Amino acid sequence: MAEGSFLTDDFLRQLINVGEVDILVGLPTHNNAETIGSIVHTIQSGILRWFPRERAVIINADGGSRDGTPELVTGVSIDDVHPASNLYALRTLHSISTKYASSPASGVALRTILAAAELVRAKACVVMSPESANIEPEWISKLLRPIYDDGFDLVTPTYRRHKFEGLLITNLLYPMTRALYGLRIREVFSPEFGFSGRLGSQFLGQNVWNDGTGGAGVELRFTLAAIAGKYRICQSFLGEKDPIERRAADLVPALRQTVGALFSALEPDFPVWSAVAGSQPAPATGANQEVLLEPLRVNRKRLREMFSTGVAELESVFQSILSPSTLAELQRIARLGEEEFHYPAELWVRTVYEFAASYQKSVISRDHIIQALAPLFRGRVFTFLIENRNASADDVENNIEDLCLEFERLKPYLLQMWKSRE
Amino acid sequence: MREMIISELSQALHEIVRGFAHFLPRLIVMLILAFVGWVIAYFVKAVLHSILRLIKFDKLSENAGASQLLTTAALPSATEMLSRFVFWVTWLGFILLGVRVLGILGLQEQIARFFLFLPRLFVAMFIMFLGLLAASFFSRAVLLAAVNANVPSPRLLSLALRSIIIVFVLSIVFEELGLAEQTMLVAFGIAFGALMLGLAIAFGMGGRHLAQRFLEKRFVRGKKEENEDELSPL
Repeated sequence: MAEGSFLTDDFLRQLINVGEVDILVGLPTHNNAETIGSIVHTIQSGILRWFPRERAVIINADGGSRDGTPELVTGVSIDDVHPASNLYALRTLHSISTKYASSPASGVALRTILAAAELVRAKACVVMSPESANIEPEWISKLLRPIYDDGFDLVTPTYRRHKFEGLLITNLLYPMTRALYGLRIREVFSPEFGFSGRLGSQFLGQNVWNDGTGGAGVELRFTLAAIAGKYRICQSFLGEKDPIERRAADLVPALRQTVGALFSALEPDFPVWSAVAGSQPAPATGANQEVLLEPLRVNRKRLREMFSTGVAELESVFQSILSPSTLAELQRIARLGEEEFHYPAELWVRTVYEFAASYQKSVISRDHIIQALAPLFRGRVFTFLIENRNASADDVENNIEDLCLEFERLKPYLLQMWKSRE
Repeated sequence: MREMIISELSQALHEIVRGFAHFLPRLIVMLILAFVGWVIAYFVKAVLHSILRLIKFDKLSENAGASQLLTTAALPSATEMLSRFVFWVTWLGFILLGVRVLGILGLQEQIARFFLFLPRLFVAMFIMFLGLLAASFFSRAVLLAAVNANVPSPRLLSLALRSIIIVFVLSIVFEELGLAEQTMLVAFGIAFGALMLGLAIAFGMGGRHLAQRFLEKRFVRGKKEENEDELSPL
């Protein structure tokens, strides 16, 4: 109960009124008035359809919205669901909202949801993204059923995606977590996931909340904690993932949120990942992830230019992070023209591992290390786009698999650097 | 006459012997102080050297950019330099204490001034080190941000910021040391003002459209960037 001490009195009062529940749906928000109404509506439909007899609550953790998002969450009436879907509630479905801060922080939002889940003793919980415009009521079932019925502790989603979407996941997060932690979880960082009450309580007690970053990337730490704690994990296919608005400026925050979280987890988890060899598939429900192939306009030239500029301009930074041989190889490929340019998988893996080892050693500011990875990632993306330009879905999967195996093959290199730097 | 000369000479010799006998213990005390000082200074140096190696001061100095300066000037590492500096300051302090014991009048005031100057010297060195650290950190931050935002000439921007910070820190250091305060103040004012004016003119004349685009992007909501067809990383 001590973990709930950071919750406001008003929120605690609301939770006491709710009492114990079976199902908890967490909804972190910040200025999501455009989409939140329909999302809450869909969540309510999902609960009524798939869990009509269970006690359920929707918890909205809001990061200081100014567009009335919390009011929209609590204002959506369950009666609106009845006529459209012919569904009727056998239990009261609560919707409560709390403002955890005046500015958004994903870590604090998740912590609020976990603390609420612990207080109301929820058996199965799910966190939903407030931006998923194509959310279906079935998603609730797909993320909660394996926990509620089959005793899993964490359910991560898989999606139908375009082959060139989520390249940070396919080129770094998935292969590296798979190689280090030994479990093949495709979406290690996702805004939607389901978890058991016991996993939530265990993670709530971990020392990941006060690192000064507002808990950026804590969703990824949550997944890693579940693997490290040997909890039962499965993947569930949800359907098509919303295409996210593309902006170059999103790359560095995304790297901070994901790669930064992964690198910072490696230090406390060293006893776990250093003992792992190879990898095992995670159980999956529904279809496997699907790949869309329609043509997509991408400014490849810009990617290569930003890579070459980055390698040239950041030489002094890379000298602190990379080994001389890796840096020399990067400088060589940075001078190649667009036709000959190729950032091979082996060099990419060595680059990432050297960044991880430098991050552990804090050779320079850790945030600067993460930022310095951005131009190199662009170079790798360029090569991935060229390699998979005309590739079928199977070819793309095979290429990703080859990269994963390269990460696994070179794991001793990371271990060697890690131990020599201790 | 002969007796008188002998008497004067013996009196003078007596005076010299008496003076020397009076001075000798002080000289011995001074030599003892110098020796004890050397032993203490050596001990302090060894302890400091170990502590600095333990806290990886060389790495910190490398991050601050101080190591590059030392290497360029063919000087030893930052740890070695600081250890030697502390050794010499400590030993010199003991030697000056010994000299004070000698009771040479003209030196007393100079020695007192030296001891009063020491804290300011340490503060100035500390400010310089922090300044180099800040210059290195912020110039690298600007370099990374400029490279990732695809801004032209990122290294120039980074170098400009580094130079501004170092000039600013140097002016504080000189002020702390009390060296050429007025000259430094005026020189800093002129250099800083000229730099800012130069940047303002350069940005106003050459970067008008860049400034317009930047302000539009920053403040006009809803206006999407064109040609931003980069892929979503997540």
